[in-house]
Amino acid sequence: MPGTDLITIINNKQPNFKAIAVTIPYADEIVIQVKAEDFRKVCLVLHESLSSPVMAFFAVDDRQKQAKFTIYCYFLNIPQGQWVAVSLDIPSVDPYFDSLAKDIYSAHLFEREIWEMFGLEPRGNPDLRRLRLHDEVWPTGNYPLRKDFREIIAGEKKDYKFARVEGEGIFEVPVGPVHAGIIGPGHFRFSVAGEPIIHLESRLGFTHRGVEKLFEGKSLAAGLLLAECVSGDSVIAHSLAYSLAAEKIAGITIGKKTAYCRAIVLELERMYNHVNDIGGIALDVGFSFPAALAAIIKESILQANEKLTGSRYLKGMNKLGGISLEMNPEQQEELTAALSKIKEDFTALVEILDNSVSFVDRVDGTGTLKMEIAEDLGVLGLAGRAAGVKIDLRKHFPSLYHEAKHKIITGRAGDVLARLKVRIEEFNESGRLIAEFLNKISSAETEDSKINPVSGKALGYSEGWRGPVLYWLKTNPAGIIERCKITDPSFHNWPGLSYAVIGEIIPDFPLCNKSFDLSYAGNDL
Amino acid sequence: MYSIIKTRLLKKIVTRSLKPEQAAALESIGLELKKEIRRKFGRSLHLREVDTGSCGACESEIMAVNNPIYDLQRFGINFVASPRHADALMVTGPLSKNMEIALKKTYDAMPEPKFVITVGDCALDGGLFKGSYYIDKKINEIVPVALHISGCPPSPSRIMQALLDFMRKELA
Repeated sequence: MPGTDLITIINNKQPNFKAIAVTIPYADEIVIQVKAEDFRKVCLVLHESLSSPVMAFFAVDDRQKQAKFTIYCYFLNIPQGQWVAVSLDIPSVDPYFDSLAKDIYSAHLFEREIWEMFGLEPRGNPDLRRLRLHDEVWPTGNYPLRKDFREIIAGEKKDYKFARVEGEGIFEVPVGPVHAGIIGPGHFRFSVAGEPIIHLESRLGFTHRGVEKLFEGKSLAAGLLLAECVSGDSVIAHSLAYSLAAEKIAGITIGKKTAYCRAIVLELERMYNHVNDIGGIALDVGFSFPAALAAIIKESILQANEKLTGSRYLKGMNKLGGISLEMNPEQQEELTAALSKIKEDFTALVEILDNSVSFVDRVDGTGTLKMEIAEDLGVLGLAGRAAGVKIDLRKHFPSLYHEAKHKIITGRAGDVLARLKVRIEEFNESGRLIAEFLNKISSAETEDSKINPVSGKALGYSEGWRGPVLYWLKTNPAGIIERCKITDPSFHNWPGLSYAVIGEIIPDFPLCNKSFDLSYAGNDL
Repeated sequence: MYSIIKTRLLKKIVTRSLKPEQAAALESIGLELKKEIRRKFGRSLHLREVDTGSCGACESEIMAVNNPIYDLQRFGINFVASPRHADALMVTGPLSKNMEIALKKTYDAMPEPKFVITVGDCALDGGLFKGSYYIDKKINEIVPVALHISGCPPSPSRIMQALLDFMRKELA
């Protein structure tokens, strides 16, 4: 029977548990179908034994064919390099499931999302306020991701209730949705006692565009264009996660040269974003000279991107089963030359920051997110690694990164300085990886395949610069998308920011915020 | 400190004169523009940016026009932190239902004379996101739009060129 070792682990804690079915649809995915009464227990055992937060948790409306909803809860099995999904069928009448939120915090926001989008009640979740469909503009009882949703029917509009801190001398400071900078919209409600922040509630969802619904009814090829526009600074991360899911469904593998090209552009994306944030952190403490230098470096990477691919943000060249990037010797030389110049500038930038005592003093110990809290909240990616959470999908799954001897970069302190340092080291590591990939690419073969329409479901993933980007796709026999669930690392990490700012003063919020640099669009979808 | 001085001396001025053939034209437009701005708005033109559902790429390019390479400020165009200080509103992204009120309020907070610029394909009619259950209205149904800059996202030079052209034609 497949997945015996996992079932043994579960049975050690829950002797009476028996799965309805265990399937291994792909080498890197295992799906355990359970009964309603076992769902919560099994998730808890997996969460603890795999030390994995909930990586993705979502519903699918299968009522047209099977009169049920299905929910999937994904965990990550790092030692095995495998995704572990727990799936549960939910009857279409009075649909509910047992909430995990009280035991696994990282499930909390996903449950609220399932509730607002599908109307499946996570029974036992103490907070069912909506995340994206704002109560002021979207009446209750309308669940847009249900298949039979056509338009808004009756229901009432309400006001949103913020969590309130009460007591003598407590002030509430509302900020946003429109902010002072050139940045996305979000509302932050600070509760302060004197100067220090004692509570921050982020109300997001302002850039909700209904992206997941827009994927439905599109062909796999058309979906790729949309995936590129989900979060504009993570074009490649989203595009790669999406194409991996589509390629798994179609049962095709990509040529080695394509894999190299994809890895190179993924690292270029990481580099321009990391240097952008390094500059942003400097700017937010009023250190404008290095910020200007960082902006110049970012611009040179964007220009190198444009020269290489025709797009500053690397749009439009990834394809399903291949990539429209030739990477001929001339292009390789140009890229190498550009990167060596960029490296020189970057070294100067780091030197300026390192040598400024007042700068280091400002970021050291500011906005601390401790490892235990990061783990509990399920904070991932760069922000997680800076706090010591050692998760990096590039490392956990077989890929080119192994032969290039990629090393996971982690910090310990979890403060702004740690996140800055992780960025600096990752920037250098990305430069090294690209050089390594370029060395090998000439001997790699191109053997790309075309995608044929086929039905199936699969999870695609990539380690973007912020963290893991996950796409779960389900198609019908004509190859048309029936459901697409996107999980951007921002969705995991926003709660981390709320903890990091506790005890800091409001004027330091932009600095803490920039050090996480989470996506509004990727979170709001 | 020494490294700062060294870097600064070695780098000299990085501000780009764009493509050589454009440069002369653009610089002269820039100078002309300065005059127009001085006449119409007094000294300089102040812009306020609002994201109504953008993916973030347009923001990145708008930030880029302010970087030392493009340096839009040299023509007297600044980005400001409050709508109260702004002459024009720059809007990006399709219009999410959640942002309709915020957009209107931001526009209302601006003093006259004022105008609205939309940036990026989504801001025209929703772009790729057209037809979504959460994109109801176009931006020009909430506020009057005077200029649209197309692109996904428009490059910094395109944004600059479009702004300068518009100022020269419409506001002269």
